[in-house]
Amino acid sequence: MSTIREAFTKGKAFIPFITAGYPDLETTKAVVAAAQANGADLIEIGIPFSDPTAEGPVIQTANVRALEGGVTTDLVFEMVDQLRKEEGITVPMVFMTYANVVYSYHEGGEGELDGSDGSDRGRYGFCRRCAEVGIDGLILPDIPFEEKDPFRDACRQNGLDLISLIAPTSEDRILKIAGEADGFLYIVSSLGVTGVRSEITTDIAAITAKIRSVTDTPCAVGFGISKPEQARAMADQSDGAIVGSAIIRILDQYGKDAAPYVGDYVRSMKDALRS
Amino acid sequence: MATQADDKGRFGQFGGQYIPETLMNAIIELDEAYTRYKDDPQFNSELETLFREYANRPSRLYYAAKMTEDLGGAKIYFKREDLNFTGAHKINNVLGQALLAKKMGKTRLIAETGAGQHGVATATAAAYFGMECVIFMGKVDCERQALNVYKMNLLGAKVVPVTSGTATLKDAVSEAFREWTNRIEDTHYCLGSVMGPHPFPTIVRDFQSVISRESRAQILEKEGRLPDAVLACVGGGSNAIGSFYHYIDDPGVQLIGCEAAGRGIDTYETAATISTGRIGIFHGMKSLFCQNEYGQIAPVYSISAGLDYPGVGPEHAHLYDIGRAQYVPVTDAEAVEAFEYTSKTEGIIPAIESSHAIAHAMKIAPKMDKDQILVVTVSGRGDKDCASVARYRGLEIAQ
Repeated sequence: MSTIREAFTKGKAFIPFITAGYPDLETTKAVVAAAQANGADLIEIGIPFSDPTAEGPVIQTANVRALEGGVTTDLVFEMVDQLRKEEGITVPMVFMTYANVVYSYHEGGEGELDGSDGSDRGRYGFCRRCAEVGIDGLILPDIPFEEKDPFRDACRQNGLDLISLIAPTSEDRILKIAGEADGFLYIVSSLGVTGVRSEITTDIAAITAKIRSVTDTPCAVGFGISKPEQARAMADQSDGAIVGSAIIRILDQYGKDAAPYVGDYVRSMKDALRS
Repeated sequence: MATQADDKGRFGQFGGQYIPETLMNAIIELDEAYTRYKDDPQFNSELETLFREYANRPSRLYYAAKMTEDLGGAKIYFKREDLNFTGAHKINNVLGQALLAKKMGKTRLIAETGAGQHGVATATAAAYFGMECVIFMGKVDCERQALNVYKMNLLGAKVVPVTSGTATLKDAVSEAFREWTNRIEDTHYCLGSVMGPHPFPTIVRDFQSVISRESRAQILEKEGRLPDAVLACVGGGSNAIGSFYHYIDDPGVQLIGCEAAGRGIDTYETAATISTGRIGIFHGMKSLFCQNEYGQIAPVYSISAGLDYPGVGPEHAHLYDIGRAQYVPVTDAEAVEAFEYTSKTEGIIPAIESSHAIAHAMKIAPKMDKDQILVVTVSGRGDKDCASVARYRGLEIAQ
């Protein structure tokens, strides 16, 4: 069993998302530690991208600020390495980023990547570094089922799970996506981009029923969740809840002092999932 | 014939469908609808009628006699896309996509725009077909092209200024994709260039290929032979691929794409993707992009809002890869000179985008023989650029 699947063996999972380096990498480390201490079952770390097309304004801004602060892919790898070696982080961690960050990766920024052979160097180099520092999986919102194979191969060769996403519009695609899923399935709760929503109208239970007909891979719901009762409602119909923008808002408000506030928030959400 | 995307939407190694799962069924639906209608006689007859009666096609192939004489080399012909209704080649694609969207039962068009030409064209088609229309335009571009914002509003479209990122064309594309993810059922994203996920690069290419279909027949009629080279400016690359397409199988015809070098390809203030970019994945496609060593998309710069984009369409990346087309950088300074030269010499004010292609023709024509022929696509008219060229020359004029 992958470490990611183990995260779903202790009841409904709570999965916080944090943009690495917002407002700086030291804060990110403190926030990850607070999230684990307060019951997070799996932690999603966003590697910032210049043009995050699946994100709403809150996470877009966090991406831009992190990059302005000088965060690079290599610095994020170093931070994760420190989290594992120095901060005692043992829960599974996955990266959420965009295809080009993985595709274009070359450690230390050395050498030129051009020509057709360059492509696999990026993917394999990135996944190898993930495995070295203790990352368990990747979420790439701009890699749909049709484009996943080269990325999944690089992940599998390095013992990582490439997490597949299922959307409210997936319909007949659910079965084939779920049938090939690794790690867990990320159910996108609503149309549109990430961001806090007052109401989620998608029939999540119908989606999970379809998924269950082909796989026992756990599924967690994300996009739009901010309140404990929403997390509870989503987790009732699945195996867990993912929260991003609501956490970034806490970082917007408290900046470098955000860790205890994120910790309190994670506790309240995890408590709601236990009840 | 020519280059075609394979069944996975790739031109060689470029192209593909790198988009969120939320949009996949919409893209598949679009692909199926396009496959159904592209060879449908009724659809094509309606489109032909729109081209002829509404958009003023065919556009002229004009012999630039004064310029030819002055430069003293190859004969220069202009393919006059600037004479199309709405003043640019953009209308070719927009009428095709709007008609397709209508057949698909869509009632709302959304689009990105840089200079505003594609936005105006989309707003025009939406008005014609009675569809709702929302245009995403970088805030910086809204300011550079205030007149076009007014025109879009006049045509009944809503213009949303985009403030994220660099507030230019790439951010407008990102925002249009986000909006499409948000509202799919009744909405068609009328993408303005040969970019984005499959099938957009093919759809836009096919609708723009009318340019070379006409120019090939026109040059054969006027000269009894094919040209030695075809030149067009390249941002995303829609007028260029349209200008090249029907010559791809003619090895004697050189295909030359002219990229916006901005202040020069040795500076960071450039938008010359093929000269300075490398392979990446962005905006739904694998292609060439201006980016840093970590794959962060680079801010780009050109005096031309329409070429101010950090990527290029996958078919161009492929034509470059296989050596069928060449791509050359043209600076702001060279484009502005060509803009002024063409205005004075031929009485034609070309778009600053098109001026990039004319500038390269001015470089190569004098070195060619008098019996050689260049066809240069004048992709749009330059009225919209007068204020920014004046500003470039240190003159402030009211728009």
